[in-house]
Amino acid sequence: MVNIKINGTDLQVPENTTILEAARLNNINIPHLCYLKGLNEIGACRVCVAEIVGLDRLVASCNTIALEGMEIRTNSPKVRQARKINVELLLSQHSARCPECARSGNCELQRISNDLGILEFPYHEDIKGIEWNQDFPLIRNDKKCIKCMRCIQVCEKVQQMNVWDVAKSGSQTVVDCRGGKDITEINCTICGQCITHCPVGALTERDDTQKVRDALADPTKIVIASVAPAVRTSWGEQLGLTHEEATSERLVSALREVGFHYVFDTDFSADLTIMEEGSEFLKRLTDGELKEYPMFTSCCPGWVRFVKMEYPELVGNLSSAKSPQQMFGAIIKTWYAQILGVKAEDIYHVSFMPCTAKKYECDVECMNSSGARDVDAVLTVRELDRLIRSEGINVKDLAESGFDMPLGVASGAGHIFGTTGGVMEAALRTAYNLVTGKNPDPDAFKNVRGYKGWKEAEFEINGTKLRIAVAHGLGNIRKLCEAIKNKEVQYDFVECMACPTGCAGGGGQPIFEGEELGADRGRLLLALDKKSNLRFSHENPSIIQCYREFLGKPLGEKSHHLLHTDQVRWELWK
Amino acid sequence: MSRLVVRPETEIQATANSLHFDLERRVTGAPPGLCPLDLASSYLKVYSSQTCGKCVPCRVGLKQLEKLIDDLIEGRGDMKTVDLIERTAETIYASADCAIGYEAANMVLKGLKGFREDYIAHATKGHCVAEGFQAVPCVHLCPAHVDVPGYIALINAGRYADAVRLIRKDNPFPSVCAMVCEHPCENKCRRNLIDDALNIRGLKLYAVKNSGHVPVYREGEHAAEATGKKIAIVGGGPSGISAAYYLGMMGHSVEIFEQRKKLGGMLRYGIPAYRLPREILDEEINTLLTSGDIKVHTEVSIGGDSYPLSKLRSEFDAVYIAIGAHTDKSLKIPGEDAEGVMSAVSLLRRIGDDNYPDFKGKKVVVVGGGNVAMDCARSSVRLGAERVIIAYRRRLEEMTALDEEIRAAEAEGCELFELVAPLKVEVGDDGKAKALWVQNQMISFIKDGRPTPKAASHEPVRLEADIIIVAIGQGIESYNLENVSMNPRRGTINILDSEQIPDMDGVFSGGDCVTGPATVISAIGAGKIAAANIDEYLGFNHPIHIPVDIPAPVPHNRPACGRVKLRERSVDERIKDFSLVEESMTAEEMIQETERCLRCDKFGFGTFRGGRENKW
Repeated sequence: MVNIKINGTDLQVPENTTILEAARLNNINIPHLCYLKGLNEIGACRVCVAEIVGLDRLVASCNTIALEGMEIRTNSPKVRQARKINVELLLSQHSARCPECARSGNCELQRISNDLGILEFPYHEDIKGIEWNQDFPLIRNDKKCIKCMRCIQVCEKVQQMNVWDVAKSGSQTVVDCRGGKDITEINCTICGQCITHCPVGALTERDDTQKVRDALADPTKIVIASVAPAVRTSWGEQLGLTHEEATSERLVSALREVGFHYVFDTDFSADLTIMEEGSEFLKRLTDGELKEYPMFTSCCPGWVRFVKMEYPELVGNLSSAKSPQQMFGAIIKTWYAQILGVKAEDIYHVSFMPCTAKKYECDVECMNSSGARDVDAVLTVRELDRLIRSEGINVKDLAESGFDMPLGVASGAGHIFGTTGGVMEAALRTAYNLVTGKNPDPDAFKNVRGYKGWKEAEFEINGTKLRIAVAHGLGNIRKLCEAIKNKEVQYDFVECMACPTGCAGGGGQPIFEGEELGADRGRLLLALDKKSNLRFSHENPSIIQCYREFLGKPLGEKSHHLLHTDQVRWELWK
Repeated sequence: MSRLVVRPETEIQATANSLHFDLERRVTGAPPGLCPLDLASSYLKVYSSQTCGKCVPCRVGLKQLEKLIDDLIEGRGDMKTVDLIERTAETIYASADCAIGYEAANMVLKGLKGFREDYIAHATKGHCVAEGFQAVPCVHLCPAHVDVPGYIALINAGRYADAVRLIRKDNPFPSVCAMVCEHPCENKCRRNLIDDALNIRGLKLYAVKNSGHVPVYREGEHAAEATGKKIAIVGGGPSGISAAYYLGMMGHSVEIFEQRKKLGGMLRYGIPAYRLPREILDEEINTLLTSGDIKVHTEVSIGGDSYPLSKLRSEFDAVYIAIGAHTDKSLKIPGEDAEGVMSAVSLLRRIGDDNYPDFKGKKVVVVGGGNVAMDCARSSVRLGAERVIIAYRRRLEEMTALDEEIRAAEAEGCELFELVAPLKVEVGDDGKAKALWVQNQMISFIKDGRPTPKAASHEPVRLEADIIIVAIGQGIESYNLENVSMNPRRGTINILDSEQIPDMDGVFSGGDCVTGPATVISAIGAGKIAAANIDEYLGFNHPIHIPVDIPAPVPHNRPACGRVKLRERSVDERIKDFSLVEESMTAEEMIQETERCLRCDKFGFGTFRGGRENKW
């Protein structure tokens, strides 16, 4: 421990603590913009400056270690002036058209400049911009970029994709796609981690809410919502709801208020995915197809893009099962259209996702098998919240209501799709049943849970040993793929999720400065599974009904046509 | 009112003058890798502030040039803009009334020529060829990319052995370089922006003097697992030994083939012991040879019929040729073959083998103005010469020797004769040299950045001389290496940027034999590159990584402070022997000097990128 003094108070902090963290440990808030703990401690914004008594010049508190005897001031006149002017300088190059910004109200720059009382602006405006392809699911508005470098760091250090880089030099320095390439030509998985780590509105998803609004306003359309597993953990976070208040039932009511005709649960099609993918796995295993490389899950489009771009030799080992989103689209526009007695094109299907890559996935040309577009629009949780807020709905006081039937029933196995290890655990529960005819203890495969980047487990089903791996975060996934390719490890079945912690930490989730909420949200999903009285996908009555009335059997002809895909044919961009 | 008045310097003038000095330092400390257009534009702003406002091209043209270059910088321009910049600059150069205008335009024209690619890149792509990376200056400018801020922090913390280990990650020769490195690392030291560059070499000397013996491996560390690959290294100088050191660490079997009696190359056969004591050189080399499976064969020549390169290549998995530049250039004047005329190389080589000639009572003339000339002159003093003259064609300002070498030679009593070109050697009946006749020169026009001398209308001058040492540069031996691609004009070996010799599978080359006579540290850097690329060529990727944690910078004020200078032994004492002239800093000086370091690894761009490469 070292003894320091901050703003006159004697404190003890552990050795090697930065001034910023030392202050935080003692509930002293030092405003900061570029700092991202462990990832970006580069002292670029100079908003976190502090004064060390005895020194003429200020230091960046984010990367200066508090040393024994240091007397620190975080609010001296010198600090206040520097902090304010540095924010004003940032504003001179920031398009502060806050009312028309997706991050208004959740913007660090806005919050700090408001807190500092910046009411007049003394500098010349100097706002430039780089053009951007507005059709791409990931939108970058250079005019809002404050060059904090966080996107570069997250993409380079966590996801290891190196999409972003500093370009030009000197006072012309900007952030742009590496090598000046177009975003459609660079290996961007559209995971959206840069968006959730951007302190301002420079990085956002492509906003598709107007498309959805137009569909809702079209009297000829039946508009159907489906809600992905991880959406239920987070949709209320920025609407001021507690987790207890933000139930999926309340979300269903809110979506009905917005005007959706039917609201379904994507977790139903997660169960459907398990039926197909679990059966496929057993078939490929018994056919001896997994001797060289394992079968990989395929429900994360960020991961599918990654493997197509970085490890094309492994694409053939992806499960051919479509993701729950796309299976849902295919089922809604065929079986459910039949039930309603309407044509596929009469239905407009909106998928609510914690994900930005899903916006790409629904546009993949060869994906549509219903005769129409299987999924018409994908909205992130942030867009969902905007949709609800724009209706002026007082969600807190809404009565809860259930999902529509029959596509509103899901098992606990379907719920946990939204957290790392969940797909694997769900698949193993059903695979066990398919092999033995009996159900395992639902928690028999819990060893694949947890937040280690690359997890391994071995299970035995009927005397057959299964070697399992689960990885999340593309940096971890790259290590795993390298090891698989170099034959350093061997598995039978591997789950990969592009975002750290899986969809719970997805790039389409609400953004909270300095907080990583993926693990907390994942635990909510595990709790939902725990308390569910239905914990096996194959026991979901709607799944049973769907196979009985429509699909026939897993891997059957209809399934093959509607629920499977060939990822080799997916274009990376149109 | 008096007819004439005394005008003392005003405070305004004094401040302006001081700011001009600041600007000079600022330019000296300009970081490498800036956008050349940005530079041109900002210099133009300075130049147009100097215009008197009278003539059109200077008053209006310079401002327009600045705006046009800004168009390119900000992506508004195209190739037409480049063309207009060029024509405008030509016109200002041709028609401005005074040097303020035409020299400003000339600098723009020079930039257009030198940075053509960047101008075109800006016009077509909107940015420079290379962009967005500002390296740590000292690390970047060191050919071996030694982690300078890292080892300075370790020295400050008293961790001298760790400093030596960290240096060895990139440069196996910390002791040698502590004494003889030309320290390009200091050229752009950011400390120039405050006062003066750090004395980096001096600090390294402090580290090696205080570290004690630092073995290659600590307890529990060892070379990588043996790969079974064999690599031949031709030439046991700094480049060859560096390559051998790293290749040994990587687990390869290395054999060094050295032509002379001992290893060291120019470190032994080019640098006198008063600058690099033999025992220190020997100790360092002996330590380095323990990095792995390294065998040494001395007095073996590769090439020619006795041991053709093709035979060597067939016996090894890869070959590194680092044979240096050891032949001397001659003056090509009458009498040069007289007894008493010798080349610098032959004198220094003799000394390198501890065979010291006796110059007692002799009058010596050294011809040349480089470091080798200073080495010969200062050695002659120590060999007992009665009088030593250094005769140089140009002026002192043009001498390529380091300033401190020239000053030391003068201090030791050598006389500098500037602007004299050798005409002939006067030979006595006994066949011995009697004198060197020289022609006085006058300094004249500047070509390729250097003023050239031309013969002055003056009678030849006789410089009495028993010994004439020719130190006008070394050449490369005309190697008998079949199929090795050579540059016919410079006589150097051609290589690709991987150091591989074109069209020769698995044969690499680097050091003086590629660059022509250059510095120790560039030879070492070449050896490091060779090791990495040979390892890769053989299908491996052994990273070189020395785990040393670097102390975090301690925040403190950085008041302007002079640069610590190394003391030297007193002249009358040191000229009597070949012992080391330089003395190490005191502990107090070391602390002050290390604290001058601005820690560019942790401040500025370094904290974001490029501050530290832990392995290569």
